[in-house]
Amino acid sequence: MQQVPVTAPSAGRPILQAHGLHKHFGALHVLRGVDLVVAERELVFIIGPSGSGKSTLLRCLNRLEEPSSGTVVVDGIDMLDDRRTDINHARQRIGMVFQAFNLYPHMTALGNVTLALRKVAGKGRAEAEEIGRAALARVGLADRAEHTPGQLSGGQQQRVAIARAIALEPRVMLFDEPTSALDPELVGSVLEVMRALRESGMTMVVVSHEMGFARAAADRVVFIDHGLIVEQGKPAQVLGNPEHERTRAFIRQVARH
Amino acid sequence: MGGAPLLSWQRFAEVFLNTAVMAKYLPDIVSGFFLTVGLAVLVVIAGIAAGLALALLRSLAIRPLTWLIVFVVDLFRALPPLVVIVLIYFGLPSVGMSPGAFGATWASLSLVLMAFAEEIFWAGITAVPKGQWEAARSTGLSFRLALSWVVLPQAIRLTVPPLTNRTIAITKGTALGSVVGLAEILSQAQSAVSFSFNPSPLLLGAAAYLVLFLPVVVLGRWIETRFAWKR
Repeated sequence: MQQVPVTAPSAGRPILQAHGLHKHFGALHVLRGVDLVVAERELVFIIGPSGSGKSTLLRCLNRLEEPSSGTVVVDGIDMLDDRRTDINHARQRIGMVFQAFNLYPHMTALGNVTLALRKVAGKGRAEAEEIGRAALARVGLADRAEHTPGQLSGGQQQRVAIARAIALEPRVMLFDEPTSALDPELVGSVLEVMRALRESGMTMVVVSHEMGFARAAADRVVFIDHGLIVEQGKPAQVLGNPEHERTRAFIRQVARH
Repeated sequence: MGGAPLLSWQRFAEVFLNTAVMAKYLPDIVSGFFLTVGLAVLVVIAGIAAGLALALLRSLAIRPLTWLIVFVVDLFRALPPLVVIVLIYFGLPSVGMSPGAFGATWASLSLVLMAFAEEIFWAGITAVPKGQWEAARSTGLSFRLALSWVVLPQAIRLTVPPLTNRTIAITKGTALGSVVGLAEILSQAQSAVSFSFNPSPLLLGAAAYLVLFLPVVVLGRWIETRFAWKR
């Protein structure tokens, strides 16, 4: 198979550069040489069948998953160089939002948002809470700061999770199927927050099946299958008039649901 | 038939509820009571602290260390506590250490509680969903910070009910110290019986155990409902 050349981002300098990413899980070859360059302020949307490696790709970018080989550079920092890079420090530049929210159930919304501010960024309690409340206000949950996750709806929990990530002022945000675990009527509120985040200039890499959101908000859509980028380009092109048969088949399948 | 049960009751009271004998040996039972309380508290502190420490070491996932921990834990979970007490009390002097009755009982029960507590803490740590670790690490928390601020608080909450039950069961094992001559409640009661030729002190001893452990059992029940996890 021919590797599709990396699309030169239309605007901004590259802020995230992944090259030659491979990932093996035992005998399973999940990523088979992925190159992904994301420009500042760009929203890249990753689609692909389940098991195609899109979540693994995302998780390799902040090293929740250890790439078997390849390079990942974020904001000029080599994520895989353990001698020169403090991974815990570097991860603060990369926010991540998970399918299952993963809020800390024993803490309030504010506690969730301020934990890393206090323990890693070294802010005092008052400053951390000020930043935390501002982050919660940005996701429309200023009045839920003292609620625990158990007292919040799924959509609210995911917005707290977004607040937890953006409170650290990351340079890039990764979204791993952020709306897949939500009831349909709660999806809109999360997409709304993501749209506002995008308008504020946040660089975002989103793995999701929300094709409507991709059409409306993405700068670039990347189609991954069998651990390789098959096709990428403007949303109208990749989603509306894909070049490759596999992309067409996938989009037909998604459209049917 | 009419008079016989009354006679039996009088006889029973004289034998088992002999107030004169009870009064005479009450101070011994009381001293045994305080010794048992002190021993139990020391066992709980040492056993749970050591169990937690082993579980934390195990979470580092250093393979030879994990094997060693699992071996030690399985050993002390498999051995009857009485065997451990006897081994330590009669075995250690042959290598030049004499722990004494108190030391041997304390060390044995602490080791047994440590083993069970380690398993319970470890089960609690592994029961915390992987996503909790990932969320914490993705915000830059180190392994140690994620463990102590995100995972352990949830794990300990899960472990409180089983740990309470196991702790009660093992602290009751302080009575096993009587075998090596530790002057705790049961041992005091038994020697009172052999001096007085009357079994009433045994009943007094049982009452002392109730005074000590009934509140603990009730407390355990309360803790169990209090810590029922709401997500």
